[in-house]
Amino acid sequence: MKIVYFAWVRERVGKTEEIVTPPDDVRTVAELAGWLKGRGEEYAHAFAEPDIVRAAIDRRHVKPDAPIAGAGEIAFFPPMTGG
Amino acid sequence: MADIRVQSADFDVAAEVAAVQAGGDAGARETGPHDIGAIVTFTGVCRNDGGRLVALELEHYPGMAEEEIARVAAEAERRWPLKGLCVIHRYGLIRPGENIVLVVTASAHRQAAFEAASFLMDYLKTRAPFWKKEHLADGTSGGWVAPRQEDDEATTRWD
Repeated sequence: MKIVYFAWVRERVGKTEEIVTPPDDVRTVAELAGWLKGRGEEYAHAFAEPDIVRAAIDRRHVKPDAPIAGAGEIAFFPPMTGG
Repeated sequence: MADIRVQSADFDVAAEVAAVQAGGDAGARETGPHDIGAIVTFTGVCRNDGGRLVALELEHYPGMAEEEIARVAAEAERRWPLKGLCVIHRYGLIRPGENIVLVVTASAHRQAAFEAASFLMDYLKTRAPFWKKEHLADGTSGGWVAPRQEDDEATTRWD
């Protein structure tokens, strides 16, 4: 499963993308964020406030309860500040 | 119909307005050319924020940025009778005084053009995957710009 990170989530994790293999009981975006959070200090920092971090699956915004099964690319990023 | 671009290069507002007008004429087969009666443009510009800012660094999610703007543009076209629509959003290092974003909406009458442009900007602010990082006059990084609650509230008024 490919994960990509942007802005301060990317800076805190220390990488732009990675391939991960979460366990089978990780089924939703929120569960994936929770699992990532346990992978080390940098992840704990990035996902310290999980309600703030947004997600997209295959380049579409999704809510925390969205299932990750079949996802090609999952993105985590802060609230957007474009425009 | 919408012309959507995500680019690092600057844009020429007058040229984009002319292109929207020409595109509207080309698309108006039944009514003939010149059925556009109103063109609204919004240009978002980098400000110096009281002299503390020397540049904004805009990061984006390639692919999703274009697709999300296209989804917002399609919703605008569903809600208002637009005859032309252009959105350009820049990324990379942008200095005070330089352009960040352009929205051009064209319609037969002004209200649709005004409202669609306002809707597009409100949605781009909260849904388009762009993030601004500040570069300060003292040479340090000011960190990532925090989202403004007013922007979220501005978006919900279209619900």
